[in-house]
Amino acid sequence: MDAGARGVEPVSFRTYHEVEGRDRSGLGEQVAGQRARVTNRLRTVARTIAVMSGKGGVGKSYIASALALGMAARLRGGVGLLDADLNSPTASRLLGARGPLRVDADGVHPAVVQPNVKVMSMDLLLDEGQPISWRQPAGERFVWRGLLETGALRELLGDVAWQSLEVLIVDLPPGGDRLSDLFELVPQLTGAIVVTIPSEESRASVERSIRTAQELGVPLLGIVENMSGYACDTCGRTRPLFDGRAGTALAEMFGIPLLGSVPFHPVNDQRPQLELPASVADAVMASVMIAQPPQVPPS
Amino acid sequence: MKFLCIDCDTQMAFEERQLPGDGTFAASFACPSCGRRIAMLANEMETQLVNAMDVRIGGRTLREEPMELIRTSVSGRADALDDIPSTAGGAGRVRAAWSRESEERLARVPGFVRGMVKKIYADYAEERGIVQITPEVMDRARSELGLEGM
Repeated sequence: MDAGARGVEPVSFRTYHEVEGRDRSGLGEQVAGQRARVTNRLRTVARTIAVMSGKGGVGKSYIASALALGMAARLRGGVGLLDADLNSPTASRLLGARGPLRVDADGVHPAVVQPNVKVMSMDLLLDEGQPISWRQPAGERFVWRGLLETGALRELLGDVAWQSLEVLIVDLPPGGDRLSDLFELVPQLTGAIVVTIPSEESRASVERSIRTAQELGVPLLGIVENMSGYACDTCGRTRPLFDGRAGTALAEMFGIPLLGSVPFHPVNDQRPQLELPASVADAVMASVMIAQPPQVPPS
Repeated sequence: MKFLCIDCDTQMAFEERQLPGDGTFAASFACPSCGRRIAMLANEMETQLVNAMDVRIGGRTLREEPMELIRTSVSGRADALDDIPSTAGGAGRVRAAWSRESEERLARVPGFVRGMVKKIYADYAEERGIVQITPEVMDRARSELGLEGM
C-alpha cells in the first residue's frame, strides 16, 4: 500500500547523491584503504605468484614449500610463503615454521625458517589441531563467512612485515575462489603456477581452475605435475602412480608450458624431503623471473 | 549512508555509536538545524555484516592494528603473537601504569587478542595524559572508542 492510499501525504526528499554533505562513515573509502594497505605492503615485494590447483590432495602445499626453498637457494634476496589455505593450512608445518610471531608497529613478523625464507600461515595462529573458528554469532554464518575469509587473506598479505622479498609465493586452497580474491587484492600478481597429478580426475578439475584463472586474466606461468611416478627400490625404475597424463594434456590444451614432473617424494624422518628435481625448480624459477606481470596504473 | 532530516531538508550529523555488548549496534544522529535526534539500531546480523567487512559506521576512531580482523574474529592460540609494546609517543610522555584491578580485567581478555587490546588502552591513556589505567579508564575508553568485547 503506498502512502497516498493510507491517507498519508507523500514525502518528497533528496536522494543520497543529491545530498552534498560528506558521508562520514565513508565505507567505500575504508575499503579502498584496506586495499591500499596491501598495495603499500607489497611495494617491497618484487614478484608475487600463486600456486593453485582445482583439486585437493595433489601436493600443492608440498610444491609451494619446496619451491620456496628451491628459489631461496637460487636467489640472493628473500622468498616469502603465504599459506592462504585458511581452513587446512599445512605449508608452514612442512617448512618447520614456529611461533610466536612478533608484532610491532611494522606489523606481524613472519616466521623465519631459513635466513631468507619467511612464512606466514593461519597454522601459526591456531591451537594445535583446531580448525579456524570465527568468534562471531553463529546465526546465518554462511552470509558473512566469505567476507571474513577474504578479510583474513587481506590481512595476511597486508599486515605482515614481509619487508624486501624477491618472490612471495601464495599457496592457495583448492578451487578458484581464493585466486579471485587474491587477484582483486594483488592486481600486479606476476602469475600462477598450476599443480596437478596425472589422473584424469585431476585433469578435469584443474581444467576448471585454469579456465577461472584465464577468465580473471591471471597470467599462467606453467604446470607442475606432481606424483608423476615413484622410484622402485628394487629395480630403480620409475613407475606410474596414476593412470593418465594430466600435466601434458593440460599444457597442450591451454598452450601453457609443462614446467616439469615431480615423482612421489621420499619420506625423510617425520617430514617429506622438501626438494624439487633441479630441472623443475630451474624451469619454475625461469618462468617466474621472465614473467611480465599485468600493468597496474599507480594508485 | 546519510541521514536526512526531511522537515529541514538538512543532512543529520553523526553523534556517537554504541555497542551494547549483545551483538547489536546503535548510532545516533542529530539535525544541526532543528536539533531532532534519531538512533539507528542494527540487529546482530546487520552488525555482523558490517564487522565482517572490517569497516566502522561513523568512520574509524582508532588506527587499524595489525591483523585486527583476524585477532578479533578468530579463536586463536593464546601465545601465537608476541606484542612488543610501542615506545612512548613523544618527549615527556610516558606509558601509564596498570592498576591491579585493571590488570585482572585485562587478563580475562582472550590471550590471542590481549596484546592488541592492551596497546589500545595504553595508547588511549598516553594520548590523554592519564598516568594510571583503572577499570574506570577502561570503561571510558571502551565507550569512546567503541571497543566491542575488549
